[in-house]
Amino acid sequence: MTHRELTDRLRLATSLPMNERNGQARSRRGRRQGWQVARAALVMVGGSVTLGGCISVNAPDKPIVIELNINIKQEVIYRLADDAGKTIDKNPEIF
Amino acid sequence: MFAALSHIRPLAAAAAALALGASLAGPLAAQQRDPAYAAARAAGQVGEKMDGYLGFVVSPSAGVKALVEDLNIKRKAVYAQQAQAQHATVEEYAFTSGCLAISRTVPGEKYQAPDGSWATRTSAPPQRDPRCP
Repeated sequence: MTHRELTDRLRLATSLPMNERNGQARSRRGRRQGWQVARAALVMVGGSVTLGGCISVNAPDKPIVIELNINIKQEVIYRLADDAGKTIDKNPEIF
Repeated sequence: MFAALSHIRPLAAAAAALALGASLAGPLAAQQRDPAYAAARAAGQVGEKMDGYLGFVVSPSAGVKALVEDLNIKRKAVYAQQAQAQHATVEEYAFTSGCLAISRTVPGEKYQAPDGSWATRTSAPPQRDPRCP
């Protein structure tokens, strides 16, 4: 039962010529439409095989953000930490 | 002439005393946060950013916006002065201060997490940039 349901779903998108007879037997849409579906599926399969051999490079849809903070080195931060702490203590009204 | 000067001297002393009083009263009066800033901070409307400045968690009222922008300008002035003394860039000094300011937030206050989102400080240590001391 489960198997039948799966083949029915598959048939609509990617039924192969070999499966076509079975799919068509269960089809409520008639012989002609079944062949159209099979042909479309064949074209799609062929297309995807062709595309499978290609490497596609897509441009990113989001702008590239360069993090400027990356230039700040940890050793500098450690050197400044003591003084920065005192600065915060001395200026409590702005921190 | 001398008599006139001797009259001036007490006046000058008084002026100096006044100036001293004012200079003492100035920092004392400015020793704590503006109540409006403190309230916005406690309410989570304003948070500490990673870059060492304050940011708006929600759209601020005109008053809070002006207040926070003023504080950020004052912070930048302090950062610039100290950075020069420490032979560092303003950004480096500001970032270091940001690390510390985030550490010093109290539960309920907002701070900017390393991914850029606003986080609410809990009793647990805040999420900070891995470079923070």
